[in-house]
Amino acid sequence: MKMKSKAEVVIIGGGVTGCGVAYNLAKKGLTDVVLVEKNYLASGATGRCGGGIRQQFTTEWNIKLAMESVKKFEKMNEELGIDIEYEQGGYLIIAVDENEVKEFKKNVKLQNKLGLDSKFISPSEAKEIVPYLNEEDILGATFCQSDGHAYPFRVVEGYAKRAEEMGVEINRFTEVKSIKKENGEIKSVMTNRGEIKTNIVVNAAGGYSREIGKMVGVKMPNKPFRHEILATERYKHILDPMIISFKYGIYFSQQRHGEIVGGIGDPDEPSSYNIKSSLKFVERFTSVLGKILPAFKNLNIVRQWAGFYDVTPDAQPILGYTEGVDTLIQANGYSGHGFMVAPKVTELIAELIVDGKTSLPIDELNLKRFEGETVGEAYVVG
Amino acid sequence: MKIVCRCEDVTEEEIIEAIDQGYTTLEELKRHLRVGTGPCQGRTCMKIIEKILAKKLGKNIDELKKTTIRPPLKPVPLYIYGDEDEE
Repeated sequence: MKMKSKAEVVIIGGGVTGCGVAYNLAKKGLTDVVLVEKNYLASGATGRCGGGIRQQFTTEWNIKLAMESVKKFEKMNEELGIDIEYEQGGYLIIAVDENEVKEFKKNVKLQNKLGLDSKFISPSEAKEIVPYLNEEDILGATFCQSDGHAYPFRVVEGYAKRAEEMGVEINRFTEVKSIKKENGEIKSVMTNRGEIKTNIVVNAAGGYSREIGKMVGVKMPNKPFRHEILATERYKHILDPMIISFKYGIYFSQQRHGEIVGGIGDPDEPSSYNIKSSLKFVERFTSVLGKILPAFKNLNIVRQWAGFYDVTPDAQPILGYTEGVDTLIQANGYSGHGFMVAPKVTELIAELIVDGKTSLPIDELNLKRFEGETVGEAYVVG
Repeated sequence: MKIVCRCEDVTEEEIIEAIDQGYTTLEELKRHLRVGTGPCQGRTCMKIIEKILAKKLGKNIDELKKTTIRPPLKPVPLYIYGDEDEE
């Protein structure tokens, strides 16, 4: 099939961000859009992530953004005509030292002020939610019932199908080779399948976003970090919430079909494009899992894999115009929580392109913030 | 009705329908239908799926990009990786 040679907007990246922006642009009436993805849709971080959807954050902006996104996830089956396998079993964040207890109580106050249904609970209350929990090693937890998880591949399928129906062209296995610009203005995107003339480019390339920046001479602070993850065999329903610990860097949940999916971050992991699985990861995961839910060490692992967190210095995304190359629109740098905020973020990016303004302010997330001091998101896991 | 993926209960008809919908690589079929994601990890079904896909696309099986083989080779309990004294 021949690709369009001209479009109003070219989106680079076929993950949840790229496909979400395509869908939201088309929904707002802008359908002269071409999306290019070098592999298959959701082949990057979106399709490799744990699918968690959390609203318990520490900055006002992230809490609001996640809450707005949950409102959209709740209506997504109907809106996209696809079952995204959404479950609102909550997120249980365990506190394992006094400092976490203090911080979590403070964060719940901010979250409640913004209308989130999170609460600080005792170890025995946590055990009521998760009967297999080893409550003796925790000092408490925060719980938010409306948090949950979904199947990221279905969300991308839904966005992509609806966008295509409205006229967007989606090209899989199409790799961007270079971007032409003249006097700071984008002129076209060169791919392995030909040139697409355009003035507006959305950089939704996840871990490869900084490479797209380089193509137009824009230096970006994003760094890719490998994060590993595993899945067990299917089991009967034994776990409602996603369980996470920031102290240990672990997260795991039970998916609709019964498999337990989880990961653990490695503070010693260097930035790289290494995407191989390691034995060390499963050993670390199992050792921490044994402290939290000892019985789960008997589950059978069937598969492990890895993906990239696209990490910024303050763990917040990079959104909006690019100084010097104004019509390069950034939508990357999610630092491990891109999937869960995508419904709202991609709507905001579409608003920026079509209306020139957004319904939630995104100015503070502009790329140019890295020239000064920044306040970061503290709740990063995995 | 012919069951191709026994772990995830996926039929030949469902695979053909997915290819017709545009899922034309093994990696995409795996994610769309969950074929090969159960306890056998594709050892039973993937050869059959390769055959079906190659025939539909008019290609040789050798021309298809294979799915990534991921550890472990067969399902094992997690405690094998952990501290044995705790078990």
